[in-house]
Amino acid sequence: MRQLRRTMLFVPGNQPGMIKDAGIYDQDSIMFDLEDSVSVLEKDAARFLVYQALCSIDYGSKELVVRVNDPTTKCGIDDLEAIVRTQKAIIRLPKTENAQDVLVCQQEVERIEAENGIPAGSTKMMAAIESAAGVLNAKEIACSSKRLVGIALGAEDYVTDLKTRRSPDGIELLFGRSMILLAARAAGIDAIDTVYSDINNEEGFRQEVELIHQLGFDGKSIINPRQIKTVHEVYTPSQKDIQKALDIVDAIEEAHRKGSGVIALNGKMIDKPVVARAQRTLDLARAVGVLREGGEI
Amino acid sequence: MEIQQTAVAGTMESSDIMVTISPNDGKGMEIDLDSTVEKQYGKAIRKTIEDTLKELEICHARVRAVDKGALDCAIQARVKAAAYRASGEQAYRWGDAVK
Amino acid sequence: MAIQLQDVPYLEEIGNIHKVFHPDSLNKNSHTLAEREKLHNKIIPSLEEAVRLTGLKSGMTISFHHHFRNGDYIVNMVVDKLAEMGFRDLVLAASSLSDCHAPLIKHIQNGVIRRIETSGLRGELAREISHGLMEVPVVFRSHGGRAYAIETGELPIDVAFLGAPSCDPYGNANGYSRDVEGGIMCGSMGYAKCDAQYANKTIILNNHIVSYPNAPFGIPESDVDYIVKVPEIGDPAGIMSGATRFTKNPKELLIAQTAANVIEASGHFQDGFSIQMGSGGASLAVARFLREKMLRDQITASFALGGITGSIVDLYEEGLIQKILDVQSFDLRAAESLKNNRFHQQISASCYASPSSEGTAVNQLDIVVLSALEIDCDFNVNVLTGSDGVIRGAIGGHPDTAYGASVAIVVCPLTRGRIPCVVRQVNTVVTPGKVVDVVVTDQGVAVNPRRKNLCRRIQEAGIPVYTIEELQKKAEAIVGIPDPIEYTDKVVGIVTYRDGSMIDLIRQVCD
Repeated sequence: MRQLRRTMLFVPGNQPGMIKDAGIYDQDSIMFDLEDSVSVLEKDAARFLVYQALCSIDYGSKELVVRVNDPTTKCGIDDLEAIVRTQKAIIRLPKTENAQDVLVCQQEVERIEAENGIPAGSTKMMAAIESAAGVLNAKEIACSSKRLVGIALGAEDYVTDLKTRRSPDGIELLFGRSMILLAARAAGIDAIDTVYSDINNEEGFRQEVELIHQLGFDGKSIINPRQIKTVHEVYTPSQKDIQKALDIVDAIEEAHRKGSGVIALNGKMIDKPVVARAQRTLDLARAVGVLREGGEI
Repeated sequence: MEIQQTAVAGTMESSDIMVTISPNDGKGMEIDLDSTVEKQYGKAIRKTIEDTLKELEICHARVRAVDKGALDCAIQARVKAAAYRASGEQAYRWGDAVK
Repeated sequence: MAIQLQDVPYLEEIGNIHKVFHPDSLNKNSHTLAEREKLHNKIIPSLEEAVRLTGLKSGMTISFHHHFRNGDYIVNMVVDKLAEMGFRDLVLAASSLSDCHAPLIKHIQNGVIRRIETSGLRGELAREISHGLMEVPVVFRSHGGRAYAIETGELPIDVAFLGAPSCDPYGNANGYSRDVEGGIMCGSMGYAKCDAQYANKTIILNNHIVSYPNAPFGIPESDVDYIVKVPEIGDPAGIMSGATRFTKNPKELLIAQTAANVIEASGHFQDGFSIQMGSGGASLAVARFLREKMLRDQITASFALGGITGSIVDLYEEGLIQKILDVQSFDLRAAESLKNNRFHQQISASCYASPSSEGTAVNQLDIVVLSALEIDCDFNVNVLTGSDGVIRGAIGGHPDTAYGASVAIVVCPLTRGRIPCVVRQVNTVVTPGKVVDVVVTDQGVAVNPRRKNLCRRIQEAGIPVYTIEELQKKAEAIVGIPDPIEYTDKVVGIVTYRDGSMIDLIRQVCD
């Protein structure tokens, strides 16, 4: 089953209490932050902390991600030196403007892998796009490296760059979100939406999640575990969708059994996108436990 | 590594430990610990601090630690951060973590 | 013709009539009500005089309630006075004691207090006692166990000193006042009711004497001997907060959500069910998650019991809970509800939890959600001593409700900081594991192996169930194996079970 990235929980890298408990919730990914949530004077301390935590805390099957500092600085390179060696986490690159930014980071990662006997290419990456230039270069960024598993929108810096601010309906983000989504799909990687900062506005949050779900995003970055439930609810397929998907999978098996090349359900031909959609529906349904193994709803 | 000056890492928040490391003029290791879990983990915390310093090849240091229930990984991280700061060293060594 | 005693046959057998009525014994009072209240009442000008009137002697037992929690002025005020009057070797039997009672330390040292009975101890007093302050061990009783001991005479009370936010000149007292808005409020007087009823003499201490009749009342005048007006009975801020704050702690919310799911799966979540929820962050939050399920399935609860909080009142006012039985109001919202809501009923500790009667309210519970400091692999629960062995909590109604409720759910984090909460063996057994059914932590649920059907139902609802040993190992993997606490041989506390039997001993901690 492919890795779900519905919810990526931000965890400030210099807070031991939050790092200790980051794994107890049912989010898909944990993103430890060494960048904006850590003051310049504490970069070293946060790096040691995240490094030691990755080495010793059992986060189960959760995907682990570390947002590093700018890899053209000593601080960013030190981050990579520490995190790549753990072989536990995806490197998330901040403020990516173009393909070159990804390649610079990739080069450092490659070197560290080689120097430490880590299988080449085993360290995965993600790129966050947080500027107008980055959005316009979204496609070249998304296609720049085989290591990339996804690209993400970082809206706070982006709206500042646009000379606007975030609004409840998110109209100012529509173009950026669409660009990032299309670029991700063109590259065959995941698209992850930005954070929603007002954790007490549950209604506004749900609306935003519904919007990005409809746009096609794979998931959302979140800043508080309280936001997990809403995202997962929005991303949970309806019983109707699940039944339909199960019927499609049955029809495929039926066709295979009969040796038929044509798959049909209720007299309608099922083509490839429908099968892919059905598969994704079932993946999601399994992940949230509304579908048990064996197909029981 | 040599401890050159006094340096601090960590905070007084819950699950953290504030570690202050100072030079000890060739008099070995001195650890002064104040922990909310002294009775249950005092010995273990002292050992973790000592082992971490040894790993960094530090033989002489005065350590003052105020612990608020930090896990071992946080203690190791804070000791390392404080030790590097106190030694002025910025070429970090990470080798031991690769399994 | 005048009645002659000798004319009545068998009078010696009837036995209880000894004299003939004579109108000279009557003194009709024609004062107005207002005048009577001033001229003839139970108000004694000073505490000292009231104490003398009770006939209190050294070595006797005095009692107090803890409805003023950490804002209580009564205990310290009274014991200071008794010390000044020269009493010694008193037994102090409080329903519970808090941080604010640290001044008792000096009265223990100077011999005024020889022995203590309480539900719990906190702060400096608790630390001192854990370190061997007292010669005679403290007896810890649950709320139900204390009521039972008072009823059966095992804990005879000579004089009860009961603070009350409102009282009329004849002793009808309550935890709020109908006459004025505001003022000090503590809501239910549930624990005080038993003391007033069974104490040989009862003194109400009060700063707000209202006109007769102070109806409704929590304590009836028939249980009150004297009333003393004092400048202050407590600090409103310490007595209760506006509304117990709804937790925003994501870990507590996670535990609460899981606990609500467990309740839903338990087989007891059906129309007319009954429930008690504690005042801890997680157990309080269970109410909110349960509310969603009750609305969705159109289920209402017949009653909520306990220590009542604003979140229970919210459900009542929404029509999701039909009645509230309140032995102790935890916040102002609960106290105001007791004052204003018709089916929010004040009950005594005896009605709440005494093992003397099948009808006791805890026995009618479907579900109770309880917190814990520690729970062990035998499901024994400790709510009394910290992980360092020092007393820092209270038994409360824990063993009463765990026994009474069909499903007793304990909610606690797997670890608190570096302290494991699921352990091999608890420091102090307060509630026996036999009556604890489910443990809900942030990192998994465990079901008592005695409850196989319950376990199956929870699993069938898709909630992963671990063994308690698995949870214990999980905790140990995170925090490491703690060194055992070192104790001396000296017993500083006796933990009693509901029936007064000893369930565990607390020993003096080493420094």
